[in-house]
Amino acid sequence: MLIRWSAAAAAAMMLSSPVLLQGASAADKPTDPQIAHIAYTAGVIDINAAKQAQKKAKSKDVKAFAKDMLRDHEAVNKQALALVKKLNVTPEDNETSKALSKQAADKMAELDKLDGAAFDKAYVANEVAYHKAVNGALETQLIPSASNAELKSLLQTGLKIFQGHQQHAEHVAAELK
Amino acid sequence: MPGRLASIALAAVLLSMVVPARAATIEITMDNLVIAPPEVSAKIGDTITWVNRDFFAHTATARNGDFDVMLPPKKSATSVLKKAGTIEYYCRYHPNMKATLKIEP
Repeated sequence: MLIRWSAAAAAAMMLSSPVLLQGASAADKPTDPQIAHIAYTAGVIDINAAKQAQKKAKSKDVKAFAKDMLRDHEAVNKQALALVKKLNVTPEDNETSKALSKQAADKMAELDKLDGAAFDKAYVANEVAYHKAVNGALETQLIPSASNAELKSLLQTGLKIFQGHQQHAEHVAAELK
Repeated sequence: MPGRLASIALAAVLLSMVVPARAATIEITMDNLVIAPPEVSAKIGDTITWVNRDFFAHTATARNGDFDVMLPPKKSATSVLKKAGTIEYYCRYHPNMKATLKIEP
């Protein structure tokens, strides 16, 4: 459920650099309203990436992958919205969400300059890195930090489905070579 | 007319031999990205009720092409089994979801 952005940037951002790890420190763990915002933002980023890919991708497999991303991430975000409404929680914007959005916008601009096979390759490579980064963040930071049981459960379902996305993206990436 | 009664009775007996005793309805669920039960035995004429409890769309897609059932989020669908065989099937959207359906004649 979370994100998608630039391959290298994504990995760097969530795994080793400032953005998600910052919030991950035990002393400063994200609150549920922040987690909800991060998760939703990450989903929106991958949805937008998929929409871009639907317009630009050339390979049939890449187009099909983008369609799968759109379907699943929209489903997760719809569920997330229903949950925050039910829990009466207002998602709270935060530095992690802002950094994610900024990186995503940069990556999207970068991908927009590519066409055909070059786009396909760059998009899928980024999807691999993005899902890897998001899954890592979910596992080590967001899920452990979530205090509401339903939010935690939704994040766990998200992790499960995004692990499948990562495998799928890796498979498509291997086929493109 | 005992002769005619007898032939009707015979026809009824023959018919009951041809028509399967009773077709069963078997439920297979998809919940949290898992298909349960992972292995099902059924007979030709049985009905499978596919239940998708997830908020994701799934499919039940036979690897040999025998069926491809679409399951929108939180929806069910049914299939009547018409062909014998051991069929491996999976969800096209989430290929980690896989299971087996054994259909006996």
